[in-house]
Amino acid sequence: MLASLRTDLEIARRGYLRYAAYPAATAAGAFTNIIFGLMRGSVLLALFAERERIGAYDAAATIAYVWLTQGLLNVVALWGWQELALRVRTGDIATDLIRPIHPMRTALATDYGRAAYQLIFRGIPPVAVGVLAFHAVLPADPLVWLAFVASLGLAVAVSFGFRLLYNLAAFWTTDTRGTMILALVVMSVFSGFVIPIQFFPPWLAAIANATPFPAMVQTPVDIFVGVTRGPAILVALAGQLGWAAGMLLKSYWVFALGTRRLVVQGG
Amino acid sequence: MPAIELEHVGKDFVVRRAAGRFRRRTDVVHAVSDLSFSVEPGSLVGYIGPNGAGKSTTVKMLTGILVPSRGRISVAGLVPTRQRTKLAGRIGVMFGQRVQLWWDLPLIESFELLRHIYRIPSQIYERNLSAFRQLLDLDKFLWTPVRQLSLGQRIRGELTAAMLHDPEILFLDEPTIGLDVVARQRVRELLLSANRERGMTVLLTSHDLTDIERLCSRILIIDRGRLIFDGDVDTLKARYGKERVLVVDLEEPGPALQLDGARVIRVEGPRQWIAFDGERLSAAQLTAAAAAQAPLRDLTVQEPEIEDVVRRIYQERL
Ligand SMILES: Nc1ncnc2c1ncn2[C@@H]1O[C@H](COP(=O)(O)OP(=O)(O)OP(=O)(O)O)[C@@H](O)[C@H]1O
Ligand SMILES: [Mg+2]
Repeated sequence: MLASLRTDLEIARRGYLRYAAYPAATAAGAFTNIIFGLMRGSVLLALFAERERIGAYDAAATIAYVWLTQGLLNVVALWGWQELALRVRTGDIATDLIRPIHPMRTALATDYGRAAYQLIFRGIPPVAVGVLAFHAVLPADPLVWLAFVASLGLAVAVSFGFRLLYNLAAFWTTDTRGTMILALVVMSVFSGFVIPIQFFPPWLAAIANATPFPAMVQTPVDIFVGVTRGPAILVALAGQLGWAAGMLLKSYWVFALGTRRLVVQGG
Repeated sequence: MPAIELEHVGKDFVVRRAAGRFRRRTDVVHAVSDLSFSVEPGSLVGYIGPNGAGKSTTVKMLTGILVPSRGRISVAGLVPTRQRTKLAGRIGVMFGQRVQLWWDLPLIESFELLRHIYRIPSQIYERNLSAFRQLLDLDKFLWTPVRQLSLGQRIRGELTAAMLHDPEILFLDEPTIGLDVVARQRVRELLLSANRERGMTVLLTSHDLTDIERLCSRILIIDRGRLIFDGDVDTLKARYGKERVLVVDLEEPGPALQLDGARVIRVEGPRQWIAFDGERLSAAQLTAAAAAQAPLRDLTVQEPEIEDVVRRIYQERL
């Protein structure tokens, strides 16, 4: 058990190091995140010219929302991830299959390493700009921070499960870009990344809330900005846990189906 | 119990290709048709055949990453596709043309990670790693990211990665691709010692027949998905390489000699190459017959080279 955890940590560390190998890309990315934060911030704040609040969001919460979502964008890999699809297409998946550890476990551990790197180097800069230049408010209660970190951990798992599903399409078709682009559009809208789900008309919010997407962004953000508080936090975390388990099980099953009909490409 | 056993194994690929503008045709490629053989523990087997013969496909089935279309496979007593993860801990696999190391990380990081993935005990890891570092001369690039390695350097790394955990059975698909002569020789020594000292079963494919000749006590040749030869190098040469060549230098240039049971295959000035069947005629008899026709200054006998033998098999589809 302990040795097993050690293996996961070692794998995660390599996931982290792989991203650390490209610091210039990280810096450029963080800069872009900040520029888009400025744009999204001014657009969303305009909505509050005529009213005090939309749903549970007021202007202050919205400022925190904008900068936090800009920071989390890469942590939950909202704009795509097709590593596994590429591995299936090139046949490099063979390498994962000859290891005495389930490829999904390797991929998940690697993804947590990636997420940790993105949290530090792509997550902190936009939030820092939000706090310093726009007076975005950070949670004061350490328990809220704790709940936020747990929620973020679960958000990564839900996002991973979903990303795995659209990547696994590669087992059946060699063109996975189309699937991915569709997935990304749905993901960025229904996760509450573009605008908070509370801003949606009720019927659309109801649809969004019936999907796993809010568990990837909206749930941790609502905890962070204080829209979800008290015992509701526990309910939110339980919901995320359910989605995480569901998505991982589903992708595990699809993976098993896929490997059974797997055709490893290339000599 | 054999280390590897195949019974009537086959693998078909269904490929769709365009036929005309809108129609698509479905073709079935029989990558492996009907393959049966078994390998005893501790053997070093060379698995050769022309391009597209089905070698890599076989290795993929044996390691559990391709599901066979028919037949039965057992490796280390396990069914590869059904017990893949369990089998993975006991075998080592290397595909020379594929990158199995972690591309963005220094080579040593891949080894460290494999140590945890395979749960290699410290002593064994240290012992193996230092042996490989020395034998394959890894130290110069151990801390270099894999993406910056030359082909030969990467291959040396891949080979180390496949063997760090002391596998019982090692599958190597073109393990010497891109290696220089020194590295090639080192790799051969490495495989021989792993096989002799640790009883590691090795199945390797290679297009370098010197590898095969130096290493393998048994050769399997496949062509179009079928086994066409199973035996050792001497048997192979005896069966397909009966032709020896007598090279004679005449005192002065002349027409091609006329000899019973032999034929002149090449003439270059005073030098003539005479091919003959080593089982029907001895070199001494032939020399005497040649000397009777024209005075000789010098002569040598060329034995069949494995290259020539195998080329004949591939070309003439014997
Ligand atoms: N994924 C695939 N889809 C369709 N056909 C395939 C696939 N993989 C292999 N084949 C076909 O199966 C046959 C055997 O291929 P394989 O890669 O096993 O050959 P090989 O003996 O390893 O050849 P080489 O010496 O060139 O490496 C070839 O005709 C190849 O075109
Ligand atoms: Mg091959």
